[in-house]
Amino acid sequence: MAVQEIALTTSGAPGNSLVDRLHGLVVTVDHKKLGLMYVGTAVGFLLVAGLLALAIRLQLAVPNNTFLEPDVFNRFFTMHGTSMVFLVGMALVSGFGNYLVPLMIGTRDMAFPRLNAFGYWMYLFGGLLLYFSYLGAPGLAGHGSAPDVGWFAYAPLTGPAFSRGHSTDYWILSLLLTSIGSTVSAINVIATAVSLRCKGMTLMRMPLLVWLMIVVNFMILLALPALSAAQIMLLIDRYLGGHFFDTQAGGSAVIWQHFFWIFGHPEVYILIIPAFACVSEIVPVFSRKPIFGYPVMVGATVMIGLISTSVWAHHMFSVGMTSVGNTFFAISTFMVAVPTGIKIFNWLGTMFGGRIRFDLPMLFCIAFLFQFLIAGLTGMMLGVAPLNWQLTDSYFVVAHFHYTLVGGFLFGMFAGIYYWYPKAVGRLLDRRLGLWHFWLFVIGFHVTFDTMHFPGLLGMPRRIFTYDAGRGWDTLNFVTTIGAVLQAAGILCFVINLVRSAKQGKLAGNDPWDAWTLEWTTSSPPAEYNFATKPEVRSRRPLWDLKHPEDPDWQYE
Amino acid sequence: MLFVLAFAGVIGAGQVNPVLADIDRVTSILRPLSQPAQEIKETSVLVLTICAVIFVVVAGLLVYAIIRFRHRAGDELSEPPQVYGSNQIELAWTVLPILIVFVLMLVTARTIANIQNRKAPPSAVQATVIGHQWWWEIRYPALGIVTANELHLPASDDNKRQPTFLKLQSADVAHSFWVPQLAGKTDLIPNRENLMWIEPTKPGTYPGNCAEYCGTQHARMLIRVVVDQPDEFERWVRQQQQPAAAATNVTENGHVFFANSCVNCHTIKGTSAQGKFGPDLTHLMSRETLAAGAATNTTNNLRLWVRDPQKIKVGCLMPNMQLTDAEVDQVVAYLQTLK
Repeated sequence: MAVQEIALTTSGAPGNSLVDRLHGLVVTVDHKKLGLMYVGTAVGFLLVAGLLALAIRLQLAVPNNTFLEPDVFNRFFTMHGTSMVFLVGMALVSGFGNYLVPLMIGTRDMAFPRLNAFGYWMYLFGGLLLYFSYLGAPGLAGHGSAPDVGWFAYAPLTGPAFSRGHSTDYWILSLLLTSIGSTVSAINVIATAVSLRCKGMTLMRMPLLVWLMIVVNFMILLALPALSAAQIMLLIDRYLGGHFFDTQAGGSAVIWQHFFWIFGHPEVYILIIPAFACVSEIVPVFSRKPIFGYPVMVGATVMIGLISTSVWAHHMFSVGMTSVGNTFFAISTFMVAVPTGIKIFNWLGTMFGGRIRFDLPMLFCIAFLFQFLIAGLTGMMLGVAPLNWQLTDSYFVVAHFHYTLVGGFLFGMFAGIYYWYPKAVGRLLDRRLGLWHFWLFVIGFHVTFDTMHFPGLLGMPRRIFTYDAGRGWDTLNFVTTIGAVLQAAGILCFVINLVRSAKQGKLAGNDPWDAWTLEWTTSSPPAEYNFATKPEVRSRRPLWDLKHPEDPDWQYE
Repeated sequence: MLFVLAFAGVIGAGQVNPVLADIDRVTSILRPLSQPAQEIKETSVLVLTICAVIFVVVAGLLVYAIIRFRHRAGDELSEPPQVYGSNQIELAWTVLPILIVFVLMLVTARTIANIQNRKAPPSAVQATVIGHQWWWEIRYPALGIVTANELHLPASDDNKRQPTFLKLQSADVAHSFWVPQLAGKTDLIPNRENLMWIEPTKPGTYPGNCAEYCGTQHARMLIRVVVDQPDEFERWVRQQQQPAAAATNVTENGHVFFANSCVNCHTIKGTSAQGKFGPDLTHLMSRETLAAGAATNTTNNLRLWVRDPQKIKVGCLMPNMQLTDAEVDQVVAYLQTLK
């Protein structure tokens, strides 16, 4: 079998010098190494984009601040948003999918290992290209630097008349590259989950994480082409005299917004669903109960995926749609709340009657549940189109989506990292440093993003590099900045922990959490071939069956 | 928890008075002074209440679960009963959200229709607002007035309903018109015309911002809506309809303005200055601010602005004209005659 041959031929490489190990990373097609490279690179970009956010917050801490020039500020928020979505979020999705899906379905690698490596390198070089814009983008008369058009790059600000130099080109080309990476990675995860499951693992016996990864990757395949198409149209406008978005020649600025959000809204779910996936694996293990309502969870996720394709224009309520259009998109937005609510209730149902252990992964999951609940509720408020007219493009909306993406997505990812780090590295992350990380980050998060809702209610628009004193925004912005510093301190603890525990952490053993899915049957870190013999399962929790032969799951499913 | 308390606090503050700063400049959407902001606020209170109730119930369940089902000493000896799910419970927590969502849908649809389907009565004031990088052009086609950055309109009262209907356009990139106490946002999009209306009842000055990122000086693209008593508004209209004060007899000072290509971008009604790229200056001195709210309209600021606009609003499209000190004084003296 092809999968086995690859595992055998690459395992022969000896040598432990730095050069050998770097060479090993460059040539590897092992899904585990690639998965970790995705996560590692994403954490790197998280630090860079996080520093940008910190600079933004320092600029906004007091009114009429001059810490950052307007253009520098505009570049920073563009690079922050673009990096966090495409270089951090998407990479974590790919990283978790790559590392976990083959292990959880009991196979030896992804369906297309070399395509997998190709995807990673497209992503990495796309990311580097984006940052190279600082050096490479200046054009005629020194115009241009890093992109400064915002992460959704509304036309016609991106047109040749308003964006001179090459900053917008770098934004387009680097994202086209990372999109290629995300697309091939999505194809790969779907193909793997569909065709390489071990014996006995029917679709309805897959761990929830694998189900959610399938849904997410279908969404990537559906959503990303809209962005890529729009970006190519924009390139045609910029270099081949096209007029798609050139309003001065009859083009449409609104059509860009439609293209962008047909991608952009599913993108939000593409990021949050992997966090759901981690939470759906972790909450049961630390509550010591199986996930409540597994088939309903699967169905709810598929529903979220389907509905998310028809809500995009709720980002455009202020663009001047008809009352019918506004009503349609308000209604479809509310409909997402139903399956999302079902998921929250099922996690609660899992915890009820359990014996909840408060290890670090579970702490992050509990914070996730609180924060995602609030993010969902403010999301519903934003779905009320008339209220959205007031709140969109204000700091309320900034607070809302950071609640989703930091309080939801990032907390879910942290939970996942604390949970699977021992599997990937063989050692547990230090609990004391982890607690520092958790508390600093939770407190910093709430100081920042709870506070941030209020300037929005008081009329503060987003993306302004400064503001005048006396409109009620001063104190609130100062407090927000304090929270950002606390979060940065938390992230510092996290990074120190990642590095230190790799050498000094407590040895994990195969199954440190007393968990139930297949990845915990193999060694930590797993051998290159994952499983010495291909496993066979009879239920959703093969390790439960093994540990409790008197009361196995397959009797009930 | 913190969050809900704070939300309740803000609603309370919205009713009474924000404790935060100088009351007139706090543009809370929860302290509306006009339709449709008033109706939006009423909807938002209902929505906030629903959301707060959901939060209290679900967060309460979560806290209960954490405390009640926490791991206790001795628990490691056995596992809790393994429950896989329950169709009845799933059905319950599917139907309940559907009902809540249904209520929200109806409320939303009604509010949208109320606001968007309003037709202009014959008594309405009609104005056109055109977004520019980074200032607002304001036209009253029926009244023959062109001005910038300050939208004057009459207060409406029950005896004489006088809403203002705005046509929104853009000369370059996308902008958004947002004066929180009057109405929600509507975008100004090039090659497209949007409509919105407001009907303030209380005279005053209402600050607002451009709310769609539009380039370097997005932050310094402020709008002021000045609501006058109807008779004051009439006076303002008559005053603005006059040609420039010194139009027929341009002084020595004025010649500097006309000789230095200021006229290529600015209009002064009744003179040869007919530029369209920058704001109309015919009645510059009747405005409270310069450069779309970047500075107050004082002699000193006007001098700084004429000398080097980039010092006050870096990146703005008015270049430093390299005038000598004497020329600056003359231009400023001339501009100050444009009352």
